[in-house]
Amino acid sequence: MSGAAGMDLRLPIGGLFVVLGVILGVFGVITNGDTAMYERSAGLNINLVWGVVMFVFGALFLLLAQRAAKR
Amino acid sequence: MTQLTTLDYVVMAIYFVVVLGIGWALRRMMRTSTDFFLSGRSLPPWVTGLAFLSANLGAQEVIGMGASGAKYGIATSHFYWIGAIPAMVFVGIFMMPFYYGSKARSVPEYLKLRFDEKTRTFNALGFAAMTIFSSGISMYAMGKLLNLLLGWDFNTSVLVSAVIVLAYVTLGGLTSAIYNEVLQFFMIAFGFAPLVWVGLKQVGGWDGMTSKLATVATQRGLPEYAYTNVWQGMGSASTNSIGIEWFGMVMGLGFVLSFGYWCTDFLVVQRAMAADSMTAARRTPLIAAVPKMFFPFLVIVPGMIALAMGDNIIPAKLTAAGTPLLDTNGNVVLDYDLATPMMLVKLFPTGMLGLGLTALIASFMSGMAGNVTAFNTVWTYDIYQAHIKKQGTDEHYLWMGRVATVGGIALSVAAAYVAGAFNNIMELLQLVFAFVNAPLFATFALGMFWKRSTGHGAFWGLFAGTVAPAIHHGISLANGATPGVKGGFFGVVLNYPSEMAQTFWTAIAAFTTCFVVTIVVSLATRPRPDAELEGLVYSLTPHRADNVKAWYEKPSVFAVAVMVAMIALNVMFY
Repeated sequence: MSGAAGMDLRLPIGGLFVVLGVILGVFGVITNGDTAMYERSAGLNINLVWGVVMFVFGALFLLLAQRAAKR
Repeated sequence: MTQLTTLDYVVMAIYFVVVLGIGWALRRMMRTSTDFFLSGRSLPPWVTGLAFLSANLGAQEVIGMGASGAKYGIATSHFYWIGAIPAMVFVGIFMMPFYYGSKARSVPEYLKLRFDEKTRTFNALGFAAMTIFSSGISMYAMGKLLNLLLGWDFNTSVLVSAVIVLAYVTLGGLTSAIYNEVLQFFMIAFGFAPLVWVGLKQVGGWDGMTSKLATVATQRGLPEYAYTNVWQGMGSASTNSIGIEWFGMVMGLGFVLSFGYWCTDFLVVQRAMAADSMTAARRTPLIAAVPKMFFPFLVIVPGMIALAMGDNIIPAKLTAAGTPLLDTNGNVVLDYDLATPMMLVKLFPTGMLGLGLTALIASFMSGMAGNVTAFNTVWTYDIYQAHIKKQGTDEHYLWMGRVATVGGIALSVAAAYVAGAFNNIMELLQLVFAFVNAPLFATFALGMFWKRSTGHGAFWGLFAGTVAPAIHHGISLANGATPGVKGGFFGVVLNYPSEMAQTFWTAIAAFTTCFVVTIVVSLATRPRPDAELEGLVYSLTPHRADNVKAWYEKPSVFAVAVMVAMIALNVMFY
């Protein structure tokens, strides 16, 4: 799908968000229950929640890139 | 000042590794000047579409829109819901066939094909200066912000970011810039969506924000809906936060400034020109319009939340002595440009803070890269090839493109050290656009849709359209401003309720002058024969069928859907 440009852009995007998602997600798990730290984000463990969101998004992009490469 | 943890730095480092990695991976694909300047016209529309959007997502958008959100509230959405969207639909449906179809390699080159060399050169020089200026403002804003927020050294911030942009643009050319713009689009979306989520949670949801902003509006002598409704107070300049009546808004911003920018600015049009087919090129701005429509919720709402949260979020502007700056009425002047960055710092815990700051830095850098890639193309094709070395080999122009990239970045760094003075970056940029872009839409509209318009007409129209706003700016002044860079340097003849109103009317003056002068001079000069204008003018170009599989992929169908959604948003936030 990336034509003559030769690189599927979904790969680096997917890769970046999977890695960022894992890092923030794991950090969120470790710091879960730290009320002082998450007071500023309205009591929401935003690292954990957003880490999961980014991971799912990144994985989806990697999947799409892989399916396109198979064809 | 905020201290970052190792985790925040790790998040930043990962992003920059990917950015540089993309440039490195693309370096072998840059064989011809077309690869370097136009991505070999090979990119799929979703990539060019997101890049079209992202190229404009520099300091102006992220910081400026947050600042205006805090200053004017949701009315700032006029920049999107009456400004950008109709213009993006127009360029995709009506203008792209001529840009892409004429095989021009740049917007100034279209002017050369349609009109003549002098019109092209005039536009190319103005555009080149503007890209350097914009890129410099972006760098300056970033250096200042990182210094204030994190205590980073201004010089180091500017130089390191310049070197990173330099590296990936010289390696991978336009493709590298475009790929990184798409990456940055996702960074902004993922960095700012949680900011809005957490922010709204802090102020009690959308309703909580509305009621808090109603209190603020009443305190400032405005109707209570002033910050949360787009159109309701537009009947008169005194009942809305922007200080302009609906006619100046619709004509100045909605028509002249937005069409001038989105339809003629090579920075964005270049992204569509890199698409792999005519249909893809036409769909590029339409695809961009979809996320663009919802950007107010991402970039304007953080400023509104900052305003709703009270005085302790947005700090006061400081004088050289370090004391709060006061206006002529003795009130503290707030530094609105800090609204969005302060929200990041105050609402995000470590980890997310790294992500948010990376998104912010990414937007600055891609703003810079966008300007630099547009600059190197215009410099190489429209100035260097047109006037300095006409018969070079393609390799020579590819080499020149890389040299121009280095030169463009060096000049931007110089411009960064010159920038300053306005309390809202966006207003300064709008002022510059009023001089450079506002008359251009008249030239292009007449060039594309009126075959009688001539080269002499276009040139003198553009010239007059550039002088007129300078004169208008010189004889007008906004209430509360002092004569100087803000206007009135020829003596104050006209008074406007706000700087924004002054800027919009400056743009209207530029457009009208260019439009009238182009028509008058065209009628007095000899037109070109019809045969030479085929493919360049609407009435002389055969209509082509769209190359699409299904009816819903047609640009025209897509355009109607975009317009309906835009109207719905205007109604919802009336």
